[in-house]
Amino acid sequence: MSGTRLGEPYGRRIDRSRPISFMFNGRVLAGLQGDTLASALLANGVRLVGRSFKLHRPRGIFAAGIEEPTGIVDLVDGRHRTPDERATLVELVDGLAAESVNCWPSVGFDLGAVNGWFSPLLPAGFYYKTFKWPGWRPFEPAIRRMAGLGRASLERGGEVYEEISENVDLLVAGSGIAGLAAAAAAAEAGARTVLLCAGREPGGALGWRGDAEVGDLLVRARRAGVRILTRTLAFGVYDHNLVCASERLAHVPASATRRLSERLWKFRARSIVAAQGAFERPMLFPDNDRPGVMLAGAVDEYAHAYGVACGRRVVIAANCDSAYRVAESLQAAGIEVVALLDRRPSVDIGTHAAGVRAIANTGIGKVIGARSVRGCVAVPADGHSAPRLRLECDLILVAGGHAPAVHLHSQAGGRLRWLAESSMFVPDGNARGLVSVGACAGVFGREAAAQHAADVGRALALGFTVPAAPVGGASRSLASSRIAAVRGKQLVDLQNDVAVSDVELAARENYRSVEHLKRYTTTGMATDQGKTSNVNALVLMGEFTHREPAEVGTTRFRPPYSPVTFGALIGRRVGALYRPLKRLAAVEWHARHGALFEQFGNWSRPAAYPRSGESLHQAAQREALTVRRTVGLFDGSPLGKLEVWGADAARFLDLMYLGTMSTLAPGQARYGLLLNENGVIVDDGIVARVDERRFWVNTTSAGIERTAAAFEEWLQCEYTDLRVLVTPVTSRYGNATISGPKAFEVMAAAGFGAEFSPQATRHMTLHDGHWRGVPVRVLRASFTGELSYEINLPAGETEQLLQALAEGVETREGCLYGIEALEILRTEKGYLHVGTDTDGTTLPGDVGFARGIDRKAANFVGRRSLLRPAARDPQRLRLVGLAPLDGRTLLPTGAQIANAPPPTQTEGHVTSSYPSPSLGSPVALAMLARGGERLGEQVTVHHLGRRIEARVVSTPFVDPKGERLHG
Amino acid sequence: MMQIPCIYCGPRDESEFVCGGTAHLTRPPLESDDRQWAEYLFFRENPKGAHLERWRHAYGCGQWFNLERDTVTHEIRAVYPITQAAPR
Repeated sequence: MSGTRLGEPYGRRIDRSRPISFMFNGRVLAGLQGDTLASALLANGVRLVGRSFKLHRPRGIFAAGIEEPTGIVDLVDGRHRTPDERATLVELVDGLAAESVNCWPSVGFDLGAVNGWFSPLLPAGFYYKTFKWPGWRPFEPAIRRMAGLGRASLERGGEVYEEISENVDLLVAGSGIAGLAAAAAAAEAGARTVLLCAGREPGGALGWRGDAEVGDLLVRARRAGVRILTRTLAFGVYDHNLVCASERLAHVPASATRRLSERLWKFRARSIVAAQGAFERPMLFPDNDRPGVMLAGAVDEYAHAYGVACGRRVVIAANCDSAYRVAESLQAAGIEVVALLDRRPSVDIGTHAAGVRAIANTGIGKVIGARSVRGCVAVPADGHSAPRLRLECDLILVAGGHAPAVHLHSQAGGRLRWLAESSMFVPDGNARGLVSVGACAGVFGREAAAQHAADVGRALALGFTVPAAPVGGASRSLASSRIAAVRGKQLVDLQNDVAVSDVELAARENYRSVEHLKRYTTTGMATDQGKTSNVNALVLMGEFTHREPAEVGTTRFRPPYSPVTFGALIGRRVGALYRPLKRLAAVEWHARHGALFEQFGNWSRPAAYPRSGESLHQAAQREALTVRRTVGLFDGSPLGKLEVWGADAARFLDLMYLGTMSTLAPGQARYGLLLNENGVIVDDGIVARVDERRFWVNTTSAGIERTAAAFEEWLQCEYTDLRVLVTPVTSRYGNATISGPKAFEVMAAAGFGAEFSPQATRHMTLHDGHWRGVPVRVLRASFTGELSYEINLPAGETEQLLQALAEGVETREGCLYGIEALEILRTEKGYLHVGTDTDGTTLPGDVGFARGIDRKAANFVGRRSLLRPAARDPQRLRLVGLAPLDGRTLLPTGAQIANAPPPTQTEGHVTSSYPSPSLGSPVALAMLARGGERLGEQVTVHHLGRRIEARVVSTPFVDPKGERLHG
Repeated sequence: MMQIPCIYCGPRDESEFVCGGTAHLTRPPLESDDRQWAEYLFFRENPKGAHLERWRHAYGCGQWFNLERDTVTHEIRAVYPITQAAPR
């Protein structure tokens, strides 16, 4: 096996004095500081790196950059795995451990390789055509196991991600000679310029060759103040010149940044320069995916940058002039070039390589060696005629021409055109806000690229017209390098095992659109997104359908240009920061009193206060019963609170709520339903009039944001003539609610005066006063059906009030109660819970609020929709009470009411259901078709195959006359 | 992600805003027939090109305003107060 290190000056990126040890598939190997995992594996002579996606064919390193289709590994750190990393991008660090993907039991002896023997039976669309009966699902698990690449980690790793947003004048994506020239010129002209370099150091392909001009440009750029971010790849251009880039930090040697895995950059740039170069195009010949077949430019890079000779005797399969430069470069490094087989006729060849045996009109007819190249057979381009020439070699280089990286240009909305002589797609003019320079603009001549890029940088900085790109400089290339009359699999897409025969099959089955071709054959999918395969695939598609590549066109280039981890996109929005919860002002007081906190909407609130040995359910039952018997104390602080004030406040509230608020006298309160324009109930609440121009509006805890937003939208956009201000004050006020027959006794004991007694106050009235010198606003309203006082006061005083009331509650054998008990109590009373009993179709009439609408003057929001035929349909679902016939069985929430077991037409569903501790039997609310007319009727509730008989009953279940409200 | 020029705060990322849909809709009176009301509630133009729409700077000043956006390029051609008539 052939990989070895070359002597100086080869290996510009490595430090020979600093050896590094790493593991690959359990073997300890040695690399050097500066290596990538790929270069270190090649230096160790490791050819077989993984198994392919579908056919489990042996695969090795193919490229040297982000286009790598086959050198895919999982990085393993203890029990944590980072799947599907491209070995060409992984910087070697001491102790790094990598494993092959998609093979079992090992990469050398892979049982899945039997797929390869059956490969004639596994063409494109095989799965679609074969696993049709009785459906895809029974087959899917086995197929998924056989296909795919790496394995995701089940363990949560210690990765930390972050995100930074910045505004810049000019963002340059790419750090080759063109990118550097543009950035330096722009910065010298005064533009705030950021240059993104995907690799470890700027310079691009000329950089690793030690080019002096690149070095000078880098010095100039730095001096002019260009900010250079290394290991940072621009992966997406979005609306209004937003460029997203990911900075890889995870396996970077510098320990200072070790804690961060990846950083997401969001640049809002005045102008964008794309300078991401070009990809080399592979050649098509049988078994062109064998380990030991590599891109020519990559082999040259491994020699110059890492001092790695990927082989000792190479054959080059070429379709462009750049192959000749590589041939000379490798010969100079002491690597023997056995032959350069040029697929083109002599007239297309514009260069030669000194001392290299170049044969025109020739390709490879056969590769010798299964797991590693041992030789090849050269055949004439037509595949038929003699002579056939057997060549001994340990490495085959492919140089099929170049494909400009037009991805960012295309993402920004730019068009492409087909440059026939060089067989490549190049930008057709510039995209909006983005200018391409260098090879990705189709400018291949070095001087032309540097000059054009500098002109572009200067023009963008100064606001001048950007000069057109001098497209050209690439040699002639044939569109198709395929050799027709040879046997064997010629792979187009190495990552997805798509062969020439698959594209041919797709064409034969009349797939015409390149988008369909992509999906049918899977070419161009997965981690490499076809960076090395797309052009070959659509050239072939054109060939098989008798069209020019320009007519076939390309698939849409969508972000990301290169894979980005979910972690980078999510950033810090994980765990507790995923959805930060609101906490009660008195959270610690509740915790001391044994609260069991749960999440309700955006709030963390006490669900109940279980005593030792009690379950949540038992605690809620006890608490609910205690409220009915004596008294309970509840923290109602999350209740939505709005102050609505101004000369037209009353008129405005008449427009917003079903329920007339303008007729309230100061101190009075009224229940209201908030509707949207469809007439659907979106919230409910209590509106109290403080004085002529001022209202105190309570919304539900979950509905405050949407209510406040609706008020603002109507005020700002429709009722623009009304003089009203809306101030959300939820977090300014705490709310302690005391409820039960002994509610006022507790208040009196805490120091509230006789002016708050049940005799002095009435249900649904508002009273401002003072308690211990603190201003309080007391609303007599009840969601439990018991005598209740909702005491609002400055949030910071909530704990003091809770403490004072709790003492009185305790001496009267009352208790604290949580949300669960409240839900029991309100269900017993048949009180509506918007969002639980209602859904996105529920109208006021469905829940018993139809009366009085006709008499109301205001054209309130949603009113017109209540007149539509659908709103008046007698078949509509109505809110009713349900009780199980046996008096024992709980009717499950969400269960369907129907005459026959599902699937069938249902008549409604259970919306709220609890065991009632006061009645000793379950109670439920349900939405039922024609519910109001069906009191006393027997219905069947279906739940997971069970049938429960129930009776439609009237609500409230407890205290039907509502006498308990008054104390 | 677009960058939207709030008429009160200046250019900010789209994520600070809420889109309220087509602007300059006229709310029919209570007496409107079902067809008129349905047109108002459910039917919207879906133009390729210029679209007048209203946005709220929800995580900023909280104010609604109108803008003209090209639905193809997302270019924002005009921004104006909610009470102002449509441009042109």
